[in-house]
Amino acid sequence: MSQLFRPGANTFAKASVIAGLGVALGLGGILNNIERTSYVTDVNVPRDQPVMFTHKHHVSGVGMDCRYCHSSVEVSSSAGIPSTEVCMGCHSQIWSEAPILEPVRESWRSGRSIQWNRVHDLPGYVYFNHSIHVTKGMGCQTCHGQVDKMPMVWKENTLLMEWCLDCHRAPEKYIRPKDQVFNMEYKPAGNQAELGAKLVAEYKVRKLTDCSICHR
Amino acid sequence: MPKRITLAVIVTVAALATGCRQDMHDQPRYRPLAASTFFPDGRSARPAVEGAVARGYLKNDIPLYYGKVARESKEFVTDIPVKVDKALLTRGQDRYNIYCSPCHGASGDGEGMVVQRGLKHPPTYHSDKMHKQPVGYYFDVITNGFGVMPSYASRIPVNDRWAIIAYVRALQLSRTATLDDVPPAERARLEASGQ
Ligand code: HEC
Ligand code: HEC
Ligand code: HEC
Ligand code: HEC
Ligand code: HEC
Ligand code: HEC
Repeated sequence: MSQLFRPGANTFAKASVIAGLGVALGLGGILNNIERTSYVTDVNVPRDQPVMFTHKHHVSGVGMDCRYCHSSVEVSSSAGIPSTEVCMGCHSQIWSEAPILEPVRESWRSGRSIQWNRVHDLPGYVYFNHSIHVTKGMGCQTCHGQVDKMPMVWKENTLLMEWCLDCHRAPEKYIRPKDQVFNMEYKPAGNQAELGAKLVAEYKVRKLTDCSICHR
Repeated sequence: MPKRITLAVIVTVAALATGCRQDMHDQPRYRPLAASTFFPDGRSARPAVEGAVARGYLKNDIPLYYGKVARESKEFVTDIPVKVDKALLTRGQDRYNIYCSPCHGASGDGEGMVVQRGLKHPPTYHSDKMHKQPVGYYFDVITNGFGVMPSYASRIPVNDRWAIIAYVRALQLSRTATLDDVPPAERARLEASGQ
C-alpha cells in the first residue's frame, strides 16, 4: 500500500495547528473589539428625540447652567430630566408658535410627560450615583463630553466597566477643583499630575475598586 | 451515531441559548423617571397623596416655609428667618446665577439672555418699589411664581430660596451704597486712589 501522506504533510500539519491557533486568537480579538465599537456601545451616535432639543443653543447660546434643568445632579443618584413645566417657563412666550415645539405644548395641555429616549443606560446590575462624583470634583464634561456643543446628545464614553475602573483606580488623572465641575471648557491650570494629587488629598478621594461598590 | 451527534449539538446550542436572556440587564424595577405601563398617566414616579406629610416635614415653622408671619395671614415676614452669613450669601450667589440670572440678569436689572431673545422684561430689582417689598414677598414669588414667571418650588429647596433672597438684597445694597458704608480702612485706600 502506498503512503497516504507525503513527507510534506508533516509541515502542513504543524502549520495548520499554528494557523488554527491564529484563527482562534483572531476571532477572540475580533469579538473582544466588536464589543468596544460604537456599533455596540453607541458611542458618538446621536439619538433621536421626540423634540429636537439642542444643548448647543440652550447652554452655549443662552448660557444656562446644567442645574437649571438637571437640578438634582448634586444631591441625588439621578441627574434628572426637566419636566414640561420647566420648558414652558420660557416657551410659553419664546417660540410659542413654533411647530418644532408642538410635542412640548401637547404634553403641557394633556399632562402626559414627554418620553425622552435614554442616551446613557447602564445595565440594571450596576449602581451609579451622580452626587458623589460631582461633589468630589468630577466634571460633567469628563464623562459626558462637550454636551454644550452637541446638537443632539450622544454618548462620549463607552460606560463599560473598564472605563469606570480606569478612573476609579487613578482619580487624580481626571479630578478638577469643585468650582469647575460645571465648566464645560475647563483646562487644568498647570500640571494635572501635580494638581490631581493635591486635590485628591484635599477632597479625601478614595480609590474605590471593590466589586460591591458598583454591583450592590 | 450521526443522530446522537445531531442531538448533542441541539442540546448544547439550546443550553447556550438560555444564556442570551437579558434578565440581569433589564431588571423588573423602575429606575428614576422610567415609564410605567401600570399607571394610567404612564409615570412610575407617583405624586404624593394630597395632604400627605413626610416625616420631618410638618412645616410648622410658618416664616421659614411660607414667608408669612402666621399660617392664615397674608402679611409677609420682613426678616430672613435663617442666619445670614457669608456662607449663605455665597450659596445665594451661586443659586441666583443658576436659576434667576438667565432672565433677571447677573446684576438683577432684568436684562438676562432669555429676555434679549424675546421673553417679557422682568422688573429691575433696583427700583424703589422692589427695595420696599419685604423678603417674604420674594419668597412667595419664588415659591408660587408671579405672572409669567414660573414657580421654582420643585427645583429650589427652602433654604436655598432664602439664600437667593439674601443675595438679591446684597445686590440691591450694592447699588445704593455710599462712601459712608465703606469701612474706614478701605475708605482711606479708596480716597488715596482718587476714586
Ligand atoms: C434647557 C434645559 C437643559 C439644560 C440647561 C441642560 N440640559 Fe441636559 N438635557 C435636557 C433634556 C430635555 C434632555 C433629554 C433630551 C436629550 O437627551 O437630548 C437632556 C439630556 C442630557 C443628557 C443625556 C441624558 C441621557 O438620556 O442619558 C446629558 C448627558 C445632559 N443632558 C447633560 C447636560 C449638561 C452637562 C448640561 C450643562 C452643560 C445640560 N445637560 C444642560 C435639558 C437640559
Ligand atoms: C430659560 C429659558 C428656556 C428654557 C427653560 C427652555 N428653553 Fe428652549 N429655547 C430658549 C431660547 C432663548 C431659544 C432660542 C435659541 C436661539 O435663538 O438660539 C430656545 C429654542 C428652543 C428650540 C428651537 C430649536 C433650537 O434649539 O434653537 C427648541 C426645540 C427648544 N428650545 C426646546 C426646549 C425644551 C424641550 C425645553 C425644556 C427641556 C426648553 N427648550 C427649555 C429658552 C429656553
Ligand atoms: C463619573 C462620570 C459622570 C459624571 C461626572 C457625570 N455623569 Fe451624568 N451620567 C453618567 C452615567 C454613567 C449615566 C448613566 C446612568 C444610568 O444609566 O443609570 C449618566 C446619566 C446622566 C443623565 C441622564 C439621566 C440620569 O440621571 O440617568 C443626565 C441628564 C446626566 N447624566 C447629566 C449630568 C450632568 C449635568 C453632570 C455634571 C454635573 C453629570 N451628568 C456628571 C456619568 C457621569
Ligand atoms: C472620572 C472619574 C470617574 C469615573 C469615570 C467613574 N467614577 Fe465612580 N467615583 C469616582 C470618584 C472620585 C468617586 C468618589 C470616591 C470617594 O468616595 O472618595 C466615585 C465613587 C463611586 C461610587 C461610590 C458611591 C457611594 O455612594 O459610595 C460608585 C457606586 C461609583 N463611583 C460608580 C461608578 C460607575 C458605575 C462608573 C461607570 C459607569 C463610575 N463610577 C465612573 C470617579 C469616577
Ligand atoms: C466602578 C464600578 C465597577 C466596579 C468597581 C466593578 N464593576 Fe463590574 N461592571 C461595571 C459596569 C458599569 C458594568 C457594565 C458594563 C456594560 O455595560 O457592559 C459591569 C459589568 C460587569 C459584569 C458583566 C460583564 C459583561 O460584559 O456583561 C461582570 C461579570 C462584572 N461587572 C463583574 C465585576 C467584578 C467581579 C468586580 C470586582 C472585581 C466588578 N465587576 C467591579 C462597573 C463596575
Ligand atoms: C424664565 C425667566 C425667569 C426666571 C428664570 C426668573 N424670573 Fe423672576 N420674573 C420673570 C418675569 C418675566 C417677571 C415679570 C412677571 C410679570 O410681570 O408677569 C418676573 C418677576 C419677578 C418678581 C416680581 C417682581 C414684581 O413686579 O413684583 C420677583 C421678586 C422675581 N421675579 C424673582 C425671581 C427670582 C428670585 C428668581 C430666581 C429664583 C427668578 N425671578 C427667576 C422671569 C423670570
